[in-house]
Amino acid sequence: MMDGSKFDDGSVDALSGEQKIRNFNINFGPQHPAAHGVLRLVLELDGEIVERCDPHIGLLHRGTEKLMESRTYLQNLPYFDRLDYVAPMNQEHAWCLAIEKLTGVEVPRRGQLIRVLYSEIGRVLNHLLNVTTQAMDVGALTPPLWGFEEREKLMVFYERACGARLHAAYFRPGGVHQDLPDDLLDDIDLWALEFPKVLDDIDGLLTENRIFKQRNCDIGVVSEVEIQQYGFSGVMVRGSGLAWDLRRAQPYECYDEFEFQIPVGKNGDCYDRYLCRMEEMRQSTSIIRQAIVKLREATGDVMARGKLSPPKRGDMKTSMESLIHHFKLYTEGFHVPAGEVYAAVEAPKGEFGVYLVADGSNKPYRSKIRAPGFLHLQAMDHVAGGHQLADVAAIIGTMDVVFGEIDR
Amino acid sequence: MTEALNELGAQIEAKRPDCVVAWDVSFGELNIDVTPSNIAGLVEFLKSDQNCKFSSLVDITAVDYPERGKRFDVIYHFLSMYRNQRIRLRAAVREDEMVPSIVDVHPSANWFEREVYDMFGILFSGHPDLRRILTDYGFRGYPLRKDFPTTGYTEVRYDEAQKRVVYEPVKLVQEYRQFDFMSPWEGAEYILPGDEKKEGAN
Repeated sequence: MMDGSKFDDGSVDALSGEQKIRNFNINFGPQHPAAHGVLRLVLELDGEIVERCDPHIGLLHRGTEKLMESRTYLQNLPYFDRLDYVAPMNQEHAWCLAIEKLTGVEVPRRGQLIRVLYSEIGRVLNHLLNVTTQAMDVGALTPPLWGFEEREKLMVFYERACGARLHAAYFRPGGVHQDLPDDLLDDIDLWALEFPKVLDDIDGLLTENRIFKQRNCDIGVVSEVEIQQYGFSGVMVRGSGLAWDLRRAQPYECYDEFEFQIPVGKNGDCYDRYLCRMEEMRQSTSIIRQAIVKLREATGDVMARGKLSPPKRGDMKTSMESLIHHFKLYTEGFHVPAGEVYAAVEAPKGEFGVYLVADGSNKPYRSKIRAPGFLHLQAMDHVAGGHQLADVAAIIGTMDVVFGEIDR
Repeated sequence: MTEALNELGAQIEAKRPDCVVAWDVSFGELNIDVTPSNIAGLVEFLKSDQNCKFSSLVDITAVDYPERGKRFDVIYHFLSMYRNQRIRLRAAVREDEMVPSIVDVHPSANWFEREVYDMFGILFSGHPDLRRILTDYGFRGYPLRKDFPTTGYTEVRYDEAQKRVVYEPVKLVQEYRQFDFMSPWEGAEYILPGDEKKEGAN
């Protein structure tokens, strides 16, 4: 029996009371509201203390990497929306960067700015979900309701840019699919003005909340050595005081033109990571506003015209070559020169990378998706060991796991 | 950036000539070809050497080239947060060859090696817990090998009569669609009628 007794009819051994006390094994998930999707943890408990934690992943495995090998580069793009479905465009970004690195395409300035703008919107989307649902995991109900209202507004901005609220397929190799209308920029600017107030509200609910602090302070402490050992990235690093951010360390697009601070924690516990995420949202809002100012000046094309991108609609009506190009692009797809590259972006969860091996044809020979959550969850056994069972939920929350990207 | 990587590549080759088979810098990234037996020592060196400090393991993966004698390339990516550099190690292995595990040096290699084993069937010697990770419990075959069909071999459904999920061989209503969109002028494998005498046709 699971509770250590031998019989399920209530009878006991003659030696009752002298048996050795055994550790207790429980299954956490796959259907558990705090498991953030389909995580199954096999926990070995000594009383209420976690002795061992064995995550079983792969319940959402869809074989993305295998599927990508039989599709063209452009057809593969939408798969990236379905990895980390909380901040879809940040993933597409890594794929586009990998292709652009191999083909040597330069993205026009307006395209770069739109990418920055929507990457930061994605970061806010992600952090809003993470901060508020983590609060829900430790007992607060209101923050997710408030946070989701803002997420809703941001998803409308997604929809107005590309027509889809989640699975955007908006970033394309060579730029972004379509230009933004001016009134959308006005509305995003207006939102960015009002959003800090909402953040202050959530801040007021959580930051000094006694229960929230009790559940998060000194829980899941991560040191600099552990960061290296377990390959952490993103907020998991910054929460422990290392100012490591790919946007600053290895700038891509035009991030080097923007002014932003990299918030770091001191103690490396769940609470510091929460504070980092709150501050990152403020920084992202500031980047969004800077990007809008720059976007108003930078008029021009949003996509590098050439083999990678479709011709203008008007050209297709008059030029035979454009029509052929359009047809070939969407059937055969473009060819990418042979070679191998690794392209990484600072996704909201950490370093999201794509390792792409191209053989010169129209399909990737191999593409490996490097998801930050995979490494974070791997350290679960190490981080959660010695904590109470109730802290497991807080640690899963702070690691920011989404199973779309972990299981792939 | 490229000069710094060239310098680093030359330095590593000079210090560890037994490990490094070849190295190059392409697309602004440093690639080092290594022999699989020396991988653990080299990784340890890269982690501790003051000029390298590649202390973060970014990724381990493999690539399948079925036509080669050494069928797989096992690929390691490392990052140095201190030097702000990246490095890629490539080790070519035969199908029956084992690769030494680097879990002792980088605990984060644990799941990556499990994944490579799961997807390619490459065994890692010295790995503490080499189970499958992403595929189903009781799964057979190695999905990311090129000879594994994209559709797989089994499918599952809930059987109303047996009141449980049953596994069955894959039945497709129509053939899995793989169109040949390649232009006959570039890239196509076949020879067009009338082109037999063209250069390179035979």
